[in-house]
Amino acid sequence: MSETPAPDLDRFVQAIPYARFLGISVDRKGNEITTILKFDRKLIGNPVLPALHGGVIGAFLEMTAIIQLAFETGISALPKPIGLTIDYLRSGKPMDTYGRAKITKQGRRVATVLAEAWQEDHSRLIATAHGHFLLKAADEPDGK
Amino acid sequence: MPSDNRLPPDIVETMKSVLIEHVPHARALGLSIVDAARGHSWVSVPYDEKLIGNVETGVIHGGVITTLLDNACGTAVQLALPERMSIATLDLRIDYMKPATPGLALMAHAHCYKVTRNIAFVRGTAYHTDEADPIATSVGTFMLAANRATPTDFPEATGFIAKLGDKA
Repeated sequence: MSETPAPDLDRFVQAIPYARFLGISVDRKGNEITTILKFDRKLIGNPVLPALHGGVIGAFLEMTAIIQLAFETGISALPKPIGLTIDYLRSGKPMDTYGRAKITKQGRRVATVLAEAWQEDHSRLIATAHGHFLLKAADEPDGK
Repeated sequence: MPSDNRLPPDIVETMKSVLIEHVPHARALGLSIVDAARGHSWVSVPYDEKLIGNVETGVIHGGVITTLLDNACGTAVQLALPERMSIATLDLRIDYMKPATPGLALMAHAHCYKVTRNIAFVRGTAYHTDEADPIATSVGTFMLAANRATPTDFPEATGFIAKLGDKA
């Protein structure tokens, strides 16, 4: 497997203000993409546990899916989310979170993506999501 | 809305304080509880450049809408419960109908329409000014009395527990 640097993918992510706000970065090993959500106290939704905000975990999974789509289909056009279903499996601890996504089906206009998030142990997922994304076709300049 | 859904103003004020001021991420986004009734919440988030998902259009990222709806739904569940307890999102489905308009604040109205012994069922709508013209809708379930962990020394926790109570 060739180790190709992916400056474009990281630049793509860092160019998204909301990704910078959450503190998301990308680690690429060959064709394997792992997204990283760096822990910050501003991501806390439950101060008692404490635990990450459920919305943050959902947003991170959505971003992970978008990054995977961008990697596999080209980063020129941002895929638009149509729908996303998030299952919360464990509370997100106050530590870094990792994400991975898999395109289960890519059609001409719509792609179906599965995403997962974990923290200390990849076999103990904290959340999963599946979603549909509208792909902007090259001959559709506005991609509505 | 039927008048018997109205809550005493002090409860609404407590909710606003507990569910926003003591929640770091709610503060970071600038969320505010605009209105509340039994089982209903209206939560808004101001437009902010740091929340942009597409720099070419200036449209807010879908993840912000997810967080807004999750927060509004959780608030609606708290407002439907007979006593305060900790809750956790079990699942949440979001459908995105159209992009948010750059520059405009977002509002979410959530309604918790059923509470059972363990689970609360809730749906929500995100919009700018007209709920009949939705940007996104959501349906979700929340686990009640979700976490039995002992409180930590996380600074925000003390005030949170004092105001909300810890019936978990």
